Amino acid sequence: MISQLSWKIGGQQGEGVESTDRIFSTALNRLGYYLYGYRHFSSRIKGGHTNNKIRISTAPIRAISDDLDILVAFDQESIDLNAKELRPGGVIVADAKFSPTVPEGVDARLFAVPITAMAEELGTSLMKNMVASGASWALLGLPLEVFNKAVEEEFGRKGPAIVEKNVEAVRRGAEFVLEQAGGPLEEFRLEAADGKMKLFMIGNEAMGLGSLAAGCRLMSAYPITPASEIMEYLIKKLPKFGGTVVQTEDEIAAVTMAIGANYAGVRTMTASAGPGLSLMMEAIGLAGMTETPLVIIDTQRGGPSTGLPTKQEQSDINALIYGTHGEIPKVVIAPSTIEECFYDMIEAFNVAETYQVPVIVATDLQLSLGKQSCEPLDYERIVIERGKLAREELPPLEQHTLFKRYEFAEDGISPRVLPGAKNGIHHVTGVEHDQEGRPSESAVNRKKMMDKRLGKLSGLRVANAIKADAPHAEPELLIVAMGSTGGTIDEARGRLSGDGVATNHVTVRQLHPFPSELLAPHMKSAKKVVVLENNATGQLANLIKLNIGGHDKIENVLKYDGTPFLPSEIVKACKELR
Amino acid sequence: MATFKEFRNNLKPNWCPGCGDFSVQAAIQRAAANIGLEPEQLAVISGIGCSGRISGYIHAYGLHGIHGRALPIAQGVKLANRELTVIASGGDGDGFAIGMGHTVHAIRRNVDITYIVMDNQIYGLTKGQTSPRSAEGFKTKSTPEGSIESTLSPLEVALSAGATFVAQSFSSDLKQLTALIEAGLQHKGFSLINVFSPCVTFNKINTYDWFKEHIVNLDQFEDYDPSNRIAAMTKIMETGGLLTGLVYQDKSRKSYEDMAVGFQQEALAKQELKLSEGEFAKLLAEFK
Ligand SMILES: Cc1ncc(C[n+]2csc(CCOP(=O)(O)OP(=O)(O)O)c2C)c(N)n1
Ligand code: SF4
Ligand SMILES: [Mg+2]
Repeated sequence: MISQLSWKIGGQQGEGVESTDRIFSTALNRLGYYLYGYRHFSSRIKGGHTNNKIRISTAPIRAISDDLDILVAFDQESIDLNAKELRPGGVIVADAKFSPTVPEGVDARLFAVPITAMAEELGTSLMKNMVASGASWALLGLPLEVFNKAVEEEFGRKGPAIVEKNVEAVRRGAEFVLEQAGGPLEEFRLEAADGKMKLFMIGNEAMGLGSLAAGCRLMSAYPITPASEIMEYLIKKLPKFGGTVVQTEDEIAAVTMAIGANYAGVRTMTASAGPGLSLMMEAIGLAGMTETPLVIIDTQRGGPSTGLPTKQEQSDINALIYGTHGEIPKVVIAPSTIEECFYDMIEAFNVAETYQVPVIVATDLQLSLGKQSCEPLDYERIVIERGKLAREELPPLEQHTLFKRYEFAEDGISPRVLPGAKNGIHHVTGVEHDQEGRPSESAVNRKKMMDKRLGKLSGLRVANAIKADAPHAEPELLIVAMGSTGGTIDEARGRLSGDGVATNHVTVRQLHPFPSELLAPHMKSAKKVVVLENNATGQLANLIKLNIGGHDKIENVLKYDGTPFLPSEIVKACKELR
Repeated sequence: MATFKEFRNNLKPNWCPGCGDFSVQAAIQRAAANIGLEPEQLAVISGIGCSGRISGYIHAYGLHGIHGRALPIAQGVKLANRELTVIASGGDGDGFAIGMGHTVHAIRRNVDITYIVMDNQIYGLTKGQTSPRSAEGFKTKSTPEGSIESTLSPLEVALSAGATFVAQSFSSDLKQLTALIEAGLQHKGFSLINVFSPCVTFNKINTYDWFKEHIVNLDQFEDYDPSNRIAAMTKIMETGGLLTGLVYQDKSRKSYEDMAVGFQQEALAKQELKLSEGEFAKLLAEFK
């Protein structure tokens, strides 16, 4: 019996790869397995090779595996492109329709199943996904009733006839492959999982859900990969809570609409990727200057320009921190797990309102789109903090004075009042202004206002600004990374420690203002610091050098080919660098 | 009830003496008082330009944002609190050059706000460059040989974008301007009011006298029917866009807020934010 296994489905985009994966993994989730998915896709909607890979495990996992156990192929291209990933003795389940062959040098068992033919017999080639996932399920020797239950849930609302047809497709696929294989494959028999269904979602959904829980009731956004699922989730949900999603004409409208709505008192956010963030920069400065709360999600993808829109990268760090002209207070947080995607949105809204600043939540494509198991989300941790937002009636203003919206308070954070409130009238402008918000060019006021705004964040540390797993007092290597890379590092560290390499691991979650004092001691105790990141210029390493130093200790491992790190790559790099 | 004086503050506008924007400011203050608003019920959102300063000169809530973006900010304010009366305002460069994309889409979206453009056919704040509203051949600092681009007709654009309220007025006609702003504020949906607001410093062609000579006032035609879109388009074309009055109004179309499914009637900004435990559990269940 094994405790984990990797399965992949490949075919042409638009041919049912997604739905095969969905139904197969939904059924696995019913059994209580931990799942971690990876999507390989391109910007085309139909055509072009695409594949989805899932890691199935009895224990929590947050990384793609190096190799593959089972490959399901809808075409020969899928075999040719992916067979080399199979471990020796792996299995290929392929559509008999194209007379599949195993490439030379690949040690794999091939099962040719008439996937398309069976689906067509039942009325439509659309049911290929059912035949293919049924065959996969049967090879693993998993209980068919559980699978059928998942099918019933997927198609229930289409009526019993459709459910029955799909169940039949599953049965035929399963039966055929079992006969060919002579029963389930013993070497792929998974240990039983705990039977508890996990939450199973993508990072974008977790962030949408987190925003909703945080009290976000408006979203203004312009579609872009890999951010669109956030607005698509919220447009289904927000109307149930009185709010809505506005699809704007561009990202400048999206962010300025969000600024207007936040100014008027509704927690509003926008979400985009690199190209959209570039367009938002001037407006982010407006939010900083007018001390208007603002939450923006940046789902990083391959840049520059249109770059690699469907591929992994972590190359917006500089742009997010330095992108706006002039100097404003701003917070950049990078969740590193699916659970953090949820909780960080709550924190982002709280920080934005408490400190009256723009907050950017930066994920990467793998974290945003990789479907994965999520630990239970805790209702008790949903706490809403709105800072110095005036809620009581305000005392009358003296003639020709305004509410001191930008009062020089001790902590730099002034009282905030929402439009509509009596006796709260003040002015808001991106022009330098005095305490009432009126334009001012006074040198004295300018300096005080700059110091007030820029001083607001001194000492701000979000929850777990860094996350450290530091079992060694003096590790050979300290591995530092951000975003979705952490899970892969953990897996690599397990192997490294087996090989006698002592490592500590820090995930940097608050990118700006940089939590130097938290990271520095970890760097100090390590012989070497390895910074792993998905970009070409070492933006995270540079940030560390700028804020902490340690130039002589820091080694940078960069991957910018559009794919996330694999555990084996990290093991290899660390061994070379030790 | 507030009088128009209560919409004044003690800031002295930094506009040149004689600038058309003074009257626009006065008309907004009068219209707001005339329809019975209190200062705190009004939010004036403005762009960047000489005209953009207007939000600072009205005693009401206000936000002076960035160049060309008054409209999306204003729509955000209105969606957040639909109990507020929201005015967006700015110059012809602000709304018809850098912000043109937002103008067309704000019209299409039809959020219930009023957009007042101070159209002086030039860039005032940056000291006299051509604007999309400048006439062909118009010589400015940036077009020393005369503008060679065609002049934009905002009213035609508005009508073709599906506008539900289109009006135009002139700074010198405070009475008509005030009445049109009142009508715009009371219109349920997006209202565009383009105002010929002369720049006395940089535009020596489109002066007060020039407008007086060329403008056709629709108020003089008793049979003009502002609910007829084709007639409105024809009139705009016939007059070369130099007409004033209520050009078009469609009272039947609902505003964005009223059409958005589930969008609540009370101000969204007043909602309690925390989900109940039951609601949260229901949301989680969808991910199993
Ligand atoms: C992004 C950006 N680009 C350019 C400017 C410079 N700028 C300020 S106002 C303005 C044009 C003003 O013309 P208009 O909108 O017609 O207003 P007016 O001054 O005529 O009232 C320009 C180009 C700016 N503030 N922001
Ligand atoms: S420059 Fe022109 S638009 Fe600007 S204030 Fe002076 S007259 Fe008015
Ligand atoms: Mg102008």
